[in-house]
Amino acid sequence: MSDAERTLTLPTRWSQAASSWRDALGTLAVVARRDRFALVGIIIYVAFFAIALLSPVLAPYNPQELNYLPGGDVAANLPPSLSHPMGTTNLGRDIFSQLLYGSRAALMVGFVAALGVVILGTLVGLVAGYYGGWVDTVLMRLADVAFGVPFLPMAIVLVAFLGPNIWNVVLVMTLLLWRDTGRIIRAQVLSLRERSYIEAARVLGASHTRTMFVHIAPNVLPLSFLYGSLAIGWAILTEASISFLGFGDPNVISWGFMLQDAYNSQALARQAFHWFVPPGVCIMLAVMAGFFISRGYEELLFPRLRRR
Amino acid sequence: MLMPMLEVANLQKHYTLHGGMMASVFGGRRVVHALNGVSFNVEQGQSLGLAGESGCGKTTTAKLILKLLRPTSGAIRFAGRDISDLEGADLLGYRRQVQFVFQNPYEALNPRFTILRAMLEPLVIHGIGASALNRVERVADALRQVHLDPPEAFFMKYPHHLSGGQLQRVVIARALLVEPRLLVADEPVSMLDVSVRAGVLNLMRDLTRRHGLTTIYISHDLALIRYMCTTTAVMYLGTICEIGSTAEVIGRPKHPYTQALVAAVPDPDPTRAERVVKISDTVPTPLHIPVGCPFADRCPMVMDICRTVRPALRAIEGVRVACHLYEGPEEVH
Amino acid sequence: MALLDVERLSVEYQTLQGTVRAVRDVSFSLPPGRALGLVGESGCGKTTLARALIGVLPRNARITEGAVRFEGTDLLRLPADQFNDYRWRRIAMVPQAAMDSLDPVQRVGDQMVETIVLRGNLTRAAAADRARELFAMVGLQPDRLRLYPHELSGGMKQRAVIAMALALRPPLVIADEPVTALDVIVQHQVLQTLRDLREALGVSLLLITHDISVVASLCDDVAVMYAGRIVESGTVRQVFAEPRHPYTMGLRNAFPSLRAEQEHLVPIEGYPPDLAHPPQGCAFTARCPFAIPRCWEEDPVLRAEGDGQEAACHRAHEAPVLRVQAAEAFARLAGDEIRSAPREAC
Repeated sequence: MSDAERTLTLPTRWSQAASSWRDALGTLAVVARRDRFALVGIIIYVAFFAIALLSPVLAPYNPQELNYLPGGDVAANLPPSLSHPMGTTNLGRDIFSQLLYGSRAALMVGFVAALGVVILGTLVGLVAGYYGGWVDTVLMRLADVAFGVPFLPMAIVLVAFLGPNIWNVVLVMTLLLWRDTGRIIRAQVLSLRERSYIEAARVLGASHTRTMFVHIAPNVLPLSFLYGSLAIGWAILTEASISFLGFGDPNVISWGFMLQDAYNSQALARQAFHWFVPPGVCIMLAVMAGFFISRGYEELLFPRLRRR
Repeated sequence: MLMPMLEVANLQKHYTLHGGMMASVFGGRRVVHALNGVSFNVEQGQSLGLAGESGCGKTTTAKLILKLLRPTSGAIRFAGRDISDLEGADLLGYRRQVQFVFQNPYEALNPRFTILRAMLEPLVIHGIGASALNRVERVADALRQVHLDPPEAFFMKYPHHLSGGQLQRVVIARALLVEPRLLVADEPVSMLDVSVRAGVLNLMRDLTRRHGLTTIYISHDLALIRYMCTTTAVMYLGTICEIGSTAEVIGRPKHPYTQALVAAVPDPDPTRAERVVKISDTVPTPLHIPVGCPFADRCPMVMDICRTVRPALRAIEGVRVACHLYEGPEEVH
Repeated sequence: MALLDVERLSVEYQTLQGTVRAVRDVSFSLPPGRALGLVGESGCGKTTLARALIGVLPRNARITEGAVRFEGTDLLRLPADQFNDYRWRRIAMVPQAAMDSLDPVQRVGDQMVETIVLRGNLTRAAAADRARELFAMVGLQPDRLRLYPHELSGGMKQRAVIAMALALRPPLVIADEPVTALDVIVQHQVLQTLRDLREALGVSLLLITHDISVVASLCDDVAVMYAGRIVESGTVRQVFAEPRHPYTMGLRNAFPSLRAEQEHLVPIEGYPPDLAHPPQGCAFTARCPFAIPRCWEEDPVLRAEGDGQEAACHRAHEAPVLRVQAAEAFARLAGDEIRSAPREAC
């Protein structure tokens, strides 16, 4: 490729990339305007994001740090008070600080896994739908396998096998959740492939790769994002389950980890609601917010779903 | 005689239908015979019309010429060279010489590209134009040529901002950007309103003449073909039943099918007498191709031989007709 | 008395772009036994008009004024259930894309019998007889009643839908693009059937189409619509031979004919106006080569131009002169370069 070509293709690619991001944000604004639930979902995520970013500032204590009473004893199992708004754990850690830091793990797992799902699912869908034939067969049988395995047990086994590390949790989530996106994108590509403008790209001389990534991909990305946004909720929920069952990353404070901690130290029996209710509510809010947004987005993409 | 620009020789295209589960259990793969041996030549500067009803194979022929489909058998030669095995740079070179105008202008442009972006695409792919600026100028020129003036006003528009007539002009301009030698147009105005059709047709006639383009128009509309083409081929069930100069084929049709087709076209002039078309309106299916003449079942002048022997194209009074009613030297391919 | 009398009907759509005035102040009447063709391009309001007549407008549409008098009764003032009673029994509709209006999982005959029993208060046996009779009438073998829609060809489906519309012997049939999706030969034969049926049953027909030749071959009268209004009406012969509105004159030269001698076609430059913001004066002004200052300011009303012909044009009285100049004037307006290039010998 000559320099001249580079100067031309790069700006158009950039502007295109910019425009799809602008599109995505614009779409989000439209979704928020149209659908109250989606607006609530967006607000919840914005709040969680702010908390995650500011948790070192907001949190009164280091969440891993053991606190001591003035007498030198461990400040274990304290009820909520001014200095510990949600009390402390049985090891004297500040629950409120843990809750704030927990948003980091949840959002990271949720969004990185969703991004992975979007990328992997879209790639598989594009390639399978575009080439068809045996490529399609192989990829879709892989999707069948991913559909077939029991989700949570498989996730636990994989995480245990790869090592209890938050990145492995993300990887496992991506490997298990791409299947829906892949299937849907493939179906979409199958129908797009027959459109005149895709044939036009071929007639104009575009290579297969160029046709797939420059001409087809921008038309399926909205759908990928929809399934990606659904994956956020699933990933957060699954991470919580894995951590609750004790297979999570022991060095990362997450809401699931907090629940496990509370469960193991019989917080339920002691009716220490201040310990296990907040992380539960946070998980619920995060998952719910994800589904609210995807629902609003879905109604925008498929207007027929709208209530009549 | 010069070497024809495009030679289509005994082209066949069959599709295998993947029927439902029942079909695969009970056997019997159904085969659609979209094209059953189509041959014609297109000379440099000629305009050929492919006419026929839906399912006659005219669009399949176009897609084979454009290498959007692979033929089951037969050959297509462009400037003497077989195109079936073109790859890489050769294929790119072929794509630059043969361009297409689509039937549905609303679908021929990527909905997520601006007009400028869509029109830069062929220039980028073929490496035409020395600089980005030069390319934009070429796009502007092309838009001006199709009377979209001032072109800058269209650059940042998306396809859904334009009307059908404007979109089809953009599609034509984009096809001409790579300076092709052969332009194939599939029903270029059938989706457009009557009042804007003439503008697009005149534009295509004018541009193809000015650029010395060879053209193939595909249409069910004989009036359009009469207006645009010097040569007309009438297709029926995947074969050509009559081919010759437009004046002859439409003015004095020989094949009973062409006669029916010409007679059936309604007339905008209410004073002209209605013609009666005496063939059955059961549309044939390309699933079962008869042994003899494909038109035999509907033909009002059917003879015994029609059901057993497939007629070949014969030269009759300046045109070539595939019909047992006419005697003449058979063509050899 | 007219069978159908439409008076000053206006229909609006509420869209994201604002209020679209799809049908503006349309009046016409259809005497019993006549066939009226309503022609116009896409977006001219012809389908909206048809749907307003039988009360099946989409939700975002609203009839803002006017009356639809059928046999003297204003349908728009009827309560919904009574209006419903008029549909099928008195006014039948052959919808656009009629082929898709058949239920794919029911035999064609069962659908017909169902309709007849439901709407016509007939016994099943009588309804079945009627169905067979109707099938024969539209040129289908009655044993085809046992088939499912996908087993019928496009032309047969169209005939079946026409038979269904005629099931209760309505005095008025409204057909929206009845032959558009069909191949030429099939189209020809369905048109023939419609002509025969009109003669045999004396049914009135309101035909909605973009195709002038279909009107020419089937209708007695024609009304030309443009941008939501009727711009010209009269008998088919009058309007085609001596158009009085520049739009009709322009259309005559704008599409290829198979038989007429045509040196070349003359387009009508430009595009119809955006009906969300209709222009102040005549909607055709911007595309009209004969526009005068008055056209930009004042919207002409449909006026009788003698002999039953009507036109909505400030210069209709000059029509004979304008007609002669039309081809050249439209070509000049289009800046059409081809007109100077001599047509090469074919």
